[in-house]
Amino acid sequence: MSAAEDAHDHHDDHHHDHGPEKGLLRWIITTNHKDIGTLYLLFALTMFFVGGAMAMVIRAELFEPGLQFVDPAFFNSMTTMHALVMVFGAVMPAFVGLANWQIPLMIGATDMALPRMNNMSFWMLVAGVLLLASTLFMEGGAPNGGWTLYPPLVLQPITVGKALPFAIFSVHLLGISSIMGAINIIATIFNMRAPAMKLMDMPLFVWTWLITAFLLIAVMPVFAGAVTMLLTDKFFHTSFFNAAGGGDPVLYEHIFWFFGHPEVYIMILPTFGVASTIIPVFARKPLFGYASMVWATASIAFLSFIVWAHHMFTVGMPIAGELYFMYATMIIAVPTGVKVFNWTATMWKGAMTFETPMLFSIAFVVLFTLGGFTGLMMSIAPSDFQYHDTYFIVAHFHYTLVPASVFILMAAGYFWLPKWTGNMYNEKIGQLHFWLSVISVNILFFPQHFLGLAGMPRRIPDYAVQFADWNMISSVGGFIFGASQLLFLYIVIDTIRGGTGEKVSDEVWEDASKHSLEWTLPTPLPYHTWTTPPASVPTEHVLDSH
Amino acid sequence: MTDSISKKNLKLARSLLLVAVAMFGFGYALVPIYDVLCEWKWIERDRPDDIKKVSESAYKVDVNREITVEFLTVLNESTPMDFHAEVKQIKVHPGEYHTVNFYAENKTNKEMKSRAIASFSPALISKYFEKIECFCFSEQTFKARETKKMPMRFVINPEIPEQYKTITLSYTFFDNTERSVNN
Repeated sequence: MSAAEDAHDHHDDHHHDHGPEKGLLRWIITTNHKDIGTLYLLFALTMFFVGGAMAMVIRAELFEPGLQFVDPAFFNSMTTMHALVMVFGAVMPAFVGLANWQIPLMIGATDMALPRMNNMSFWMLVAGVLLLASTLFMEGGAPNGGWTLYPPLVLQPITVGKALPFAIFSVHLLGISSIMGAINIIATIFNMRAPAMKLMDMPLFVWTWLITAFLLIAVMPVFAGAVTMLLTDKFFHTSFFNAAGGGDPVLYEHIFWFFGHPEVYIMILPTFGVASTIIPVFARKPLFGYASMVWATASIAFLSFIVWAHHMFTVGMPIAGELYFMYATMIIAVPTGVKVFNWTATMWKGAMTFETPMLFSIAFVVLFTLGGFTGLMMSIAPSDFQYHDTYFIVAHFHYTLVPASVFILMAAGYFWLPKWTGNMYNEKIGQLHFWLSVISVNILFFPQHFLGLAGMPRRIPDYAVQFADWNMISSVGGFIFGASQLLFLYIVIDTIRGGTGEKVSDEVWEDASKHSLEWTLPTPLPYHTWTTPPASVPTEHVLDSH
Repeated sequence: MTDSISKKNLKLARSLLLVAVAMFGFGYALVPIYDVLCEWKWIERDRPDDIKKVSESAYKVDVNREITVEFLTVLNESTPMDFHAEVKQIKVHPGEYHTVNFYAENKTNKEMKSRAIASFSPALISKYFEKIECFCFSEQTFKARETKKMPMRFVINPEIPEQYKTITLSYTFFDNTERSVNN
């Protein structure tokens, strides 16, 4: 670290306000949190379209019963890869990108705590995703046993081809990348905060990311261990999951979901954080129940470790186990309900305006709650036997991921892009993007509830004719939703290149500087910020807890 | 960044890295933990040590009830064996002892190590189905072309709830020659 400091000092002798490196090399060797945040966000946006293209293949094949476009093995590769790309390539990196941009700005820090490790975690992510994508071009195709990689299916020749070890090493790289990112975020939040900012002054986005980072460190290594066991079972004759050698495939499900359930909260907790940041600004009120938001986030994180087996009610558990996992799962609705009511109470009697980020945030509150309700339905162990592995679960988790995490990521884009770039996005196109997205996402996923209740299994390329109508409607919604996202791509590029040309104030949004520190900085943001920490921090957002 | 903060950052990063490494170990620790939980019956799983050593007069035969026990014999993937039970199904009274013979043949000219895994349907009755003698779960060595007669002696505990009229017992033979630890 000190060698780097010396180099910087020397550099500063020549030009005091040193900016980014010139040319392409800037993006490869950068250790600036804003540059790395940009890299993460652009990478995630690219992967969103790659994963989205796979979803389009799935919806095109399911448009009608029968096999039309792709063969079943490739279809199954698409469902598997769509999930892996969206989870590990799009949603998680997008939130890491937001964390990179926003956490130092929001806590008054110059940069992330470990800038060179920051650069390394980004490039390791790229390597991991490229390795994963390379399996698409291998003999036997990409993994097609589902993103959960359950043995014995995933170890059988028909599902692995040559791809399995590559997919597993890719998971290792992605895991190392997210663990490094998480360590960096925790160190930044604990050690780099402006002296004036106490833990309970921190914006909720910072709080939720702090808790998420601990989840990442706790569970990514467990997943890495599970896939390593798959690898040794396949190639080194171990028998962790092999019944012939005395192992048990059900053990894998337990280990996987010990990781998998916290993993879904890794994708939703930062979502909560961004929503809690945006809603107060457009309601022009402090966030309702700041302290309860922090505690609710922490309780959800804790509960995520003790409910995993609700993903596998049908696998054969003693009644006591089914009951325990059922009630423990239901308890999660309590802290989550606290959050939903807090957001609603924040908006209550607020002087609300409905700019694009607020529209996406309100849609998030409504549609995430809907996804939460179907989650509650499935927490009921006896009824879960009907929903298990049907389109009902597909509808459930897409409601909690697409109109929740993805909508909030877009809201974050609309909310902060003007601050980052100094250019305003086109509000008309933004609103058009919102309405197209919110309508089509419901056409896309709502009918899948009906399909699931009627018994359509997930991960099938062909289906019984009675499912034809709703599948066609769902596919139409899917195509509209997919096409609408090109508007978002256009807006992002347009805003970066100048947007509407309107002059953007330092605050961007009315009175935003009362809520969070970044709005007190000049717009567009200089390359280096908070070289001297802020003397005081806004406490508007924590008013009612003081 | 001042040196003291850099030091603090590195120290924190190091301890968090230790946590990550420990959690990797925890993933592996779940394997023995799982075995223990199975032993405590928190998770249902049959093991060779489930063979009961009770005297054959422990239960009173309930002649008023009759339960059909079906036997399925399955070969995993392309296990080169012949495997069947002497009967497809029998009717038994709870509390009554029966022996059913299973026959397995190694169809290759090489020694083979294989293992049969049992599974019940409905799964929850496994605790009422008590085996006194069984060939399952432990590794069996078959010489080239050898045929083995393997008896399975069992009793159904008369406490089995009324609603169970049919029990299906399925055995799957796995060829374990390559990955056997007894080679």
